Parts: sequence; C-alpha cells; structure tokens
Amino acid sequence: MKDLPQTVTIPRAINWNRLDDEKDLEVWNRLTVNFWLPEKVPLSNDIPSWATLTDHEKELTIRVFTGLTLLDTIQNTVGAPSLMPDAVTPHEEAVLTNIAFMEAVHARSYSSIFSTLCSTKEIDEAFRWSEENPHLQAKAKAILETYAPGNDPLKRKIASVFLESFLFYSGFYLPMYWSSRAKLTNTADLIRLIIRDEAVHGYYIGYKFQRGYEKLDDAEQQALKDYAFSLMFELYGIENQYTEELYDEIGLTEDVKVFLHYNANKALQNLGFEALFPPEVSEVNPAILAALSPDSENHDFFSGSGSSYVIGKAVATEDEDWDF
Amino acid sequence: MLVYYSSASGNTHRFVSQLEWPALRIPVEVEASLQEPTLPYVLICPTYADGEGRGAVPKQVIRFLNDPQRRGLLVGVIGSGNRNFGATYALAGRIISQKCNVPQLYSFELAGTQTDIARVRAGLVTLGEELCSTAI
Repeated sequence: MKDLPQTVTIPRAINWNRLDDEKDLEVWNRLTVNFWLPEKVPLSNDIPSWATLTDHEKELTIRVFTGLTLLDTIQNTVGAPSLMPDAVTPHEEAVLTNIAFMEAVHARSYSSIFSTLCSTKEIDEAFRWSEENPHLQAKAKAILETYAPGNDPLKRKIASVFLESFLFYSGFYLPMYWSSRAKLTNTADLIRLIIRDEAVHGYYIGYKFQRGYEKLDDAEQQALKDYAFSLMFELYGIENQYTEELYDEIGLTEDVKVFLHYNANKALQNLGFEALFPPEVSEVNPAILAALSPDSENHDFFSGSGSSYVIGKAVATEDEDWDF
Repeated sequence: MLVYYSSASGNTHRFVSQLEWPALRIPVEVEASLQEPTLPYVLICPTYADGEGRGAVPKQVIRFLNDPQRRGLLVGVIGSGNRNFGATYALAGRIISQKCNVPQLYSFELAGTQTDIARVRAGLVTLGEELCSTAI
C-alpha cells in the first residue's frame, strides 16, 4: 500500500461530544428533526384547484417556481458548499452539508409540483423562460460573484443570508397569496416547509456571520456593513424589476414589494444589523401573514387589538422538569 | 421590570436594548447563577421549536421559572419568533402564558421593528401604572 501524497490533508474525525459552539448542535438537531420529502405532501389534491386558475395565473405560478428552483439549485451546488471551507468548527461544516442537501430537496420539490399539475410543454417553456429572464439571471450572477473562491468569507455569508432570507420571497409570495384565497393549499403546505428550512438556514449563517464580524475592528466592521447594505440595494433593485415583470398583470406588484421590504429587514436582522425599510412600507397584508403562519394567534394586548389577555390553548410540551 | 432570554444570536437582546427599560438577562450558560428579580416583571422569551412545536421554551427559561418565588412575580409574557416557522411562531410565549397562567401581552419577530418597540414601551408604561406606579 502506498502512502498518501503529502499534499493531502486528512480531516480530524468529528466528535459531536466536544462542541466548540453549542449553536452547531442546536441547529443540527433542528434541521434533522425537520427533515421532510415532497412525497409526504398530497400535492395531487390541488389538481381541481389548479384547474380554476386562468392560463396567465398558471403561467405566472410555474414561472415563479422555476425562479425558486434556480435559487435552490445555486444554494445546493454552489452557495452552501462555498461556505464549507470557511467553517470554523467541524460541526459547522456538517451542518452546512445538511443545508446543501435540503436545498437539493427543495429544488426537487418544485419538479414534484410541476409533474403533478402541469404538462411537459408548460414545464419546458417555464424552464426556458428562467434561463432567459434578465432579472433572474442578474440576481443569480450578483450572488454567484460573491460566492467565488478567494472572496471574503464574511461577504459570502452576507450573500448567502440575502439569498435565504430575502431573494426567495418575491417567489414565496405567490403560493401564500393563493393559499389566502383557499387555492393550491397543499402546494402552500409544501412551500411552508421550504420557508421553515430557509428560516433556519438564514438564522444559522447569519449567526456565524455575527461571530466573525465581532472579531473585526471598527473600520473593518463599517466596511463590511457598507458592503452588506450596498449589496442589499443592488439586489433590491433587481427584485423590484423582477416583481414588476411577474406581478404587474395580476395587479399584485405593490403588495409583493411590501413583502420584499419586510423580508429584507428580516434578512438584515439575521446578520445582526438594523432594518433598512421603515415600518410604513413594511406592513405586510395581514392575509399573507396569516398564510405564512396559520393558526398562530397575533398577540397585542398592549394596543387593544389581537387575540390577547386570553390564556393560550393547551399546547404540547415535552419537558419532564417543566411541571412546577 | 423586564426579564429576558436571548441566545448568542442576540435578537431578543437587541430588542430589549432598544426598549431602554430595566432588564435582567437569564444567562445562556445553564450552570450560571441566576439573578433574582425583586419586582413584578414581564418575561420576554424567544421560541426555538422544531416543526412539531417541541423544545419551544429554552431550557434556561424553564429553569428560571421552576421556582415559585420567581414565578409569583411574573405578570405577563411577550413571545418572539419568526413567522416563517408557521404555526409555531412565538409559541414559547403561548406555552409560558398557559403554564404560568399569565397573559401573553405581545408577540414580535426576530429583533422587532420600530413599531414593536413603540408599542411594547407604551404597553409597559400602562401596565406599570395599572400595577400601582413603580411596581414594574
């Protein structure tokens, strides 16, 4: 048996019983418990509902989903893998492999929706559209440039959080809108599973960003923060045009833009930064918020609205030490 | 006063910092010694639930509440979370409200918005007045 050449670096066997960062195990557990596959969602129940959409609404929906497929493909094959060499703990690297794989599941899910609801011709046309759409290609390019090898690891994390927590939402809006009108509700259930995963991804990558950021001096922090806000402006500009092209005809553009502002603010919060868009342009249509988190009551006892000063319903808890 | 928990990601901590209200932070380290609240307080708690809602209330908060004296001073809870987690959004607030028999006063996402800050601050002022002046 030959010895390995000296240039090969052998990683150390990962020991999950010795953690450098508790967050790695917390997020690993969250992601693995939340694991799912599209086969578990009864998409075929949406066939009657799909038939009620107009041709334009169908085309819009398929296009939106091919756009989302592209982002998931990028994150699966380039985005999450590009973060692995920058990992500061072996456990972080393992979490990133899970993130990468789930992005492949997400990308695969859209094809399950297509094969359930659409014809081959419609599907092929939409994929061709996604390859030719300048705004979709522009946002992919802006992100991929940041992911390129040799780039600043923290800038890569900024771009990754923006993809996970901001860029998906011009697309996620539509299934939430259909769901709020009691249409394609099973498809919406599947999209909610994707949204839940992307929220953990954005949170975790944002958390790792914050750990790196806090080690920088003031000038470096300022430069990086400026970079983050300028990238957000660039992506927001593209998203505005993408949104107008997709949603003008159905009359939803302004509603989608509010949703973009709201999600841009949340993406910045994942990085530990303050919101960019003021509250008056970020108040999302309540029907869309309700579609996003169904069955979760809104609590605002303080201002006298919402369903509060009512003791909550019984909820499942698990902790043995939680009985007083 | 306020008592809050915030993990290393710091969203709840940033929310509380902006409130500018006397606040006690429950330590992240499970073994750390706890400071005792001496006045009635509102608890602010983020949610860490999985898809089924398990594990919503952080262990550190459970430990804190597992003491009748501390629990006796709890007047209400504010839950936080992320709507992207669907039905489990801000679930920790609802669980604590139910377990401790106190109202859930408010819910907000991540580090909150300027609107959330203003509403909670105003709400705390009103609540303090109701609890007879300086009690909160």
